[in-house]
Amino acid sequence: MEWSGAVSLGAMTQRITRDEVVHVARLARLSLSDAEIDEFTGQLGDILEHAADIEALDVGDVEPTSHPLPMVNVLRPDELRPALDRDLLLSQAPAAEDGQFRVPPILGEEP
Amino acid sequence: MTVHEPSLPEEWELVVGLEVHVELATKTKLFCGCENKFSHIPNTLTCPTCVGLPGSLPVMNEKAVEFAMRLGRALGCEIHPSVMARKNYFYPDMAKDFQTTQYDQPTNADGRLALADGTVVGIERAHIEEDAGKTTHVGGGGRINDATYSLVDYNRAGVPLVEIVSRPDIRTVEHAKAYVSELRDILLAIEVSDAKMEEGSMRVDANVSVRPTGSDELRTRCELKNLNSVRSLGRAIEYEARRHVDLYTSGEVPRQETRHWDEEGGRSTAGRSKEDADDYRYFQEPDLVPLAPTAAQIAEIDASMPVLPAARRARLGECSSVADEVIVTVVERGQDGLALGAIEAGADADKVLTRIQNDLAVDDWSAVTSESLAMLIQMETGGELTATQAKQVLGEMAAGEHGGDPKAIAAAHGFEAMESDELETLVDQLIVDHPDEWSRFVGGDDGDRKKMQGFFTGQIMKATKGQADGRAVAQLLGQKSAG
Repeated sequence: MEWSGAVSLGAMTQRITRDEVVHVARLARLSLSDAEIDEFTGQLGDILEHAADIEALDVGDVEPTSHPLPMVNVLRPDELRPALDRDLLLSQAPAAEDGQFRVPPILGEEP
Repeated sequence: MTVHEPSLPEEWELVVGLEVHVELATKTKLFCGCENKFSHIPNTLTCPTCVGLPGSLPVMNEKAVEFAMRLGRALGCEIHPSVMARKNYFYPDMAKDFQTTQYDQPTNADGRLALADGTVVGIERAHIEEDAGKTTHVGGGGRINDATYSLVDYNRAGVPLVEIVSRPDIRTVEHAKAYVSELRDILLAIEVSDAKMEEGSMRVDANVSVRPTGSDELRTRCELKNLNSVRSLGRAIEYEARRHVDLYTSGEVPRQETRHWDEEGGRSTAGRSKEDADDYRYFQEPDLVPLAPTAAQIAEIDASMPVLPAARRARLGECSSVADEVIVTVVERGQDGLALGAIEAGADADKVLTRIQNDLAVDDWSAVTSESLAMLIQMETGGELTATQAKQVLGEMAAGEHGGDPKAIAAAHGFEAMESDELETLVDQLIVDHPDEWSRFVGGDDGDRKKMQGFFTGQIMKATKGQADGRAVAQLLGQKSAG
C-alpha cells in the first residue's frame, strides 16, 4: 500500500494514521485491541520517522542497492533431485488425509 | 438449443486484455529440483523448498529463465534486469503463504503479438513466477464456501510459469480467440511449453469492459476466470460484454471484480471484489538475487529462435494464391515445412496446400515426405491420378502403406491413367448407345448440356470404376460435340 504523506495532528506530525495500521493489521490477519492499535501506530510512526531521516540525505551519487549481496544470476542446472518421502512430509502436518494436507475450511477465495 | 446472440449493439465497443499463464516445460520446478510433471499421486513431487519448510532456500532454475526470455523475445519484448518479489496472501495453495513472482521489475516488457489477419496486440509484460498447489474442497458439494474442509496437493507448487499480460488492445471476440491460438502456436514453435488449455498448462483470464464506440476511455473491467477452452473464452467475453452494456443501459455501472465463468450455465458469477482485496504487500524476495541477462545471452537466444508462425504463413503466402484460411491451417498443424519442400521439388503450390489442408488432417503424417508429396501432386496434375484417387493415395501414404510411395500405392490399386484412345473408344460407344442424350448434349440449352455432361461422365465413371480422369472426359465430350 502507499504510505500517505505526513498527517498533521496538532503540534506533532504523524507518519502513519490509525486507519492505516488497522488496514495493515487486517491484511496480516492480526486482531489488535484499541490499545495495541495506538501503541503500534506510535511505533510504526517512529520507524517511518527514522526512514524519513535517511531520506533527507543526498544519495544522488550512490548506486541503488536492490540486494545486500553483490551478486546476480545465481542459477542452478535443470536437474532432478530426489523428492521427500510423502509419509515423512505429511507426518509434519497437523492433519492429513488421502495423501494430502488437510486444512480447515477456507474463508475467502483463491487469489 | 443454442441461440447465437447477435454481437454488441453498434454504439458499444468491446475492450479486452488477456492474461495468460503458461507452464514452462522444464524438467524441474522453478526453485527446487523436484520434478515438473503432472502426477495423479498427490504430494509425491515435493521437497522442503516447495512446501515452504523453515530453513529451505530457493535457487532459480536456469532453464526456466532461458525459456522465459525465449518467450519474451518471441513476443518482441525487451529483456530487462529483474528481481523476484513476494506476493503475500492467505490461501493454503502455497505453504509459504506467499507466491514468488515478479512485480515492478519483470524480465520481459513492451512486446507485441501479430494475429494471423495482421492485427497487432501489445504485450505489456511477460513475467516469471511459480505456480501454486491444488486445493480440493470436501463437503458442501465441493464449493469453497460450503466446504467442511479442504485438501492440498503441492505437486504443482513451484512449477515455473510465465504470465503474459496483453494491453487492452483486443476489440472482438474473434481477435481474443485468435490471440490465444497464435500464442499457443508460438509456444509450440519455440518449444517452451506444451500449451494445452484443457490440461491447464495454458490458462487464460480475460479482462473485459465496454465503452461507447469511438471513445478511448477505459471503463470498469471485470476479470473472468475459469476459461478452460478457446470456446469458453469466446462465450465468456460475449456474455460479460453484454452484461456490461445492459448495466450501463439501465443506468447502473459494473463493479470491478473477479468473475467465474460457468461453462454449463453459460454465465459468469461474481467473485471477489477488487476494491480492497488486491493488496498483496509485495516486497522484494530477500532469498533470491537479481537476474541480469547479458547482451551475449540475449543475442544467443535471438540466434536460436526458429521461424515463428507469422513468418511461416508469410512464406507460404508468397509462393501460392490459396485462401488465407488454408495457410493458417497448414501452419497451425506444422505441415508448412512439408508443403514448402514439395513446392520446392516442383509441385504446384496451390494444389499442394489444398491437398494437405483437405486430406492430411491426421495426427501422424510422418510417413509423408516432401518428395513423396511432390510426386503425388505431380501424378495428379499430370493426369495419372484423379482427384479422388489422389486423396485416397495420400491417406495411405500417411498410414505408411508401401513405404509411403505414391507410385506403389497407385499401382496396388490399379490406379493407372487410362490411355486416351481407350477413353475415346468408350465415349464413342456411349454416344452410339445413347443417341437422344447425345443430341441433347450437342444441341440443347446450357441446362441440358450440363445435365447431359453429368450423365455421360457418370456412365464413364461407372464403366471405368472411377478411374477415368474427370477433366479428360469433359475435354473429350467437348471435342466430340464440336467436331
